[in-house]
Amino acid sequence: MSAATIVSLPDQSTARIPKMNFLTKENGLLSWLLTGDHKRIATLYLISITFFFFIGGSLAGLIRLELLTPQTSLMAADTYNKVFTMHGVIMVFLFLVPSVPATIGNFVIPMMVGAKDLALPKVNLLSWYLYIIAGFMVIYTMAAGGVDTGWTFTSPLSTHYLNTHVISTGLAIFVAGFSSIFTGLNFIVTIHKMRCPGMTWFRLPLFVWANYAASILMVLGTPVLAITLVLVVLERTVHIGVFDPAYGGDPILFQHLFWFYSHPAVYIMILPGMGVISEVISTFSRKRVFGYTAVAFSSVAIAVFGFFVWAHHMFIMGISNYAALVFSLLTMLVAVPSAIKIFNWAFTLYKGSITFETPMLYAFGFMGLFTIGGMTGVFLGSTGTDIHLTETYFIVAHFHFVMVGGMLMAFLSGIHFWWPKWTGRMYPEKISQFAAVVTFIGFNFTFFPQFILGTLGMPRRYAAYPPEFQALNVFSTAGATILGVGYLLPVLYLTWSLKYGAIAGNNPWQATGLEWQTQSPPLTENFLETPIMDHEAYDYEWLEQQQQKEVASVG
Amino acid sequence: MSDSTAISNSAAAETHHEHPPYQRHHFETVEQQADTTNFAMWLFLLTEVMFFGGLFTSYLIMRNWYYPAFVEASHQLNIGWGTANTAVLIMSSFTMAMGVWSAETRRKGALVLCLSLTFVLGLAFLGIKTIEYHEKWEKHHVPGLNWSDASFLNPASDPEVHKDYPGDQPLAPDMAQKAQMYFFLYFAMTGMHALHMIIGISILGFMIVRARAGAYTTGHVTYVENFGLYWHFVDIIWIFLFPLLYLISRH
Repeated sequence: MSAATIVSLPDQSTARIPKMNFLTKENGLLSWLLTGDHKRIATLYLISITFFFFIGGSLAGLIRLELLTPQTSLMAADTYNKVFTMHGVIMVFLFLVPSVPATIGNFVIPMMVGAKDLALPKVNLLSWYLYIIAGFMVIYTMAAGGVDTGWTFTSPLSTHYLNTHVISTGLAIFVAGFSSIFTGLNFIVTIHKMRCPGMTWFRLPLFVWANYAASILMVLGTPVLAITLVLVVLERTVHIGVFDPAYGGDPILFQHLFWFYSHPAVYIMILPGMGVISEVISTFSRKRVFGYTAVAFSSVAIAVFGFFVWAHHMFIMGISNYAALVFSLLTMLVAVPSAIKIFNWAFTLYKGSITFETPMLYAFGFMGLFTIGGMTGVFLGSTGTDIHLTETYFIVAHFHFVMVGGMLMAFLSGIHFWWPKWTGRMYPEKISQFAAVVTFIGFNFTFFPQFILGTLGMPRRYAAYPPEFQALNVFSTAGATILGVGYLLPVLYLTWSLKYGAIAGNNPWQATGLEWQTQSPPLTENFLETPIMDHEAYDYEWLEQQQQKEVASVG
Repeated sequence: MSDSTAISNSAAAETHHEHPPYQRHHFETVEQQADTTNFAMWLFLLTEVMFFGGLFTSYLIMRNWYYPAFVEASHQLNIGWGTANTAVLIMSSFTMAMGVWSAETRRKGALVLCLSLTFVLGLAFLGIKTIEYHEKWEKHHVPGLNWSDASFLNPASDPEVHKDYPGDQPLAPDMAQKAQMYFFLYFAMTGMHALHMIIGISILGFMIVRARAGAYTTGHVTYVENFGLYWHFVDIIWIFLFPLLYLISRH
């Protein structure tokens, strides 16, 4: 083992992928479509969300191409509205919300807690089917002509003025919502009731804590979105309702109900990503996460505070000044647990034996970009600056820094990190490090100019803009091209690695989690025998002793 | 095959004794399974509370805004049918509770009887609800589809209701329009509740068939128990809907 890497692979000339594993246990399409195995469902989810990510990504490409020139040169303004709406809907509801929890979380959480499966395997499968139904409904919407409300369905725009496919999109998100409720419910129940002997709450990996917190948000927030969308759909169908002022309704009520979910949804999207980063930072600096308890509770704190800040999306929408004041202060409060995480990761790195494998590179990308995204969130949480910056490209840049720079980086970090566990094979290291760097560079090129555009006053959601903004927009579009390459590369080499990657062995990273102590790919039941947790999380000394014992016994 | 149990303790290794057929493979014990599914059901009911919460919030806000319209519109509801339905639902909750008890005490006949009674009472509730919906249709009180302000512009034009509520004043046209909002929420809330009833009744039908085959009287009662929780929850939603829609404006 060289000093520059912690990767330890078995001898490639003799190593084999275990014959018996969850991928080979049963064959045939039906064995996949009717499976109860969390790892297979995670695989189904991974394939489907990747599919929707690339649809959403192509739409993003169209948006950036249109914005290359100040005029509406590529598409008409109406088409542009539909394109950015579909981009938002697909990316938020079909990619970001299920990304880490439904794929990586589904795959590793049962193993991390030492269980054979999630508590409710059939509900887990149902959740994937609901996701697929929602996906088809969104595709139908696109084929039928799209929807142009923006992903926020703002009433009365969505209920009164538009004549696009609001109903099918609304129902699609309703269905996707239940998919996410069932995932969250399953996680909470599993984490409460399925932990193996010795696995106390404070021995759980931080990834589990983060997903637990996100699951609370899914379970409590999503039903409110569901009923809100039902009311929007009813309002469009019978032309009477509680949101449209023309019928005597209150559009602010819509905003309250919508953001009551959709603000916590932001944390649904970012918290599992933070969990990934905790695992990766610890593994690649060979240290227990600094302030484990603080990081664990900061996840829960984010979930709790997350429910009390929604009206910061409404500062310019006519809520009272006093409400704005309170919500502004509460918004500042959320910055605290997020900062706790960033500082604790930084302290974990301090005096750690850091190596720079791909997951770690993505994790570093996450830390930098999330910090920028989070800090600009504080600008937007202050009522004064928000009134200047809201509905400009500053907002667009802010949430893309958090969601793409944060969550997507974390997702890719996690995918690379658990890829050897998932498939039994390593991804190619050099090209993936290259991809991580390309993504980081492309991302900054794309979205940093948008902060400047926003402060200069370029409004979001318009197909045309004054010519003086063109230079920065050209930068942004050029960056998006680089970013696109950064996202295509992993698809190519990860697919390649399925057949040609090096055999990974049980624990290529020398990581401590229970999921690394079983074979790769794991058995359908994860462990041969129910594991017993007899050490703390991230205990690298325990792992070392364990390996010495193993060598001794083999010798 | 590689070693996948680096940390398992061989002394505690599970001796593979016979599992009862209803124990799913991924649970260690039947108790764990019962505990887990029970917890899951409570959590699901929590999401349902949030789901209906959105409707209740909208109702309370709109009621504050358009108080006169909401009062007169709620006078249009038939308290007799509403009370009857409340009684039917409470009775069905009782038979459901007895069903859980029968399953626990392994009385197959009693279980089938209790589930069937719950099934019939559930259908009775929906039947009465249909009568009420029909009445709304005939009186042109279905928002959007079949609507007329007449009963609120001129309460005297509706002698049956006016007899009981002689104090109802004619509303100004814009306020009379808002009675439509009341009925929108009335249909949304009772409709969503009825949808939950329909789902419950369908599951009940399936359970009756299984109960006749003896599936729930073998000591494994979590399915019946968890369904009971759901049924009582749907009942409780009605217990909130009934006063908010029917009773609150009655003096």
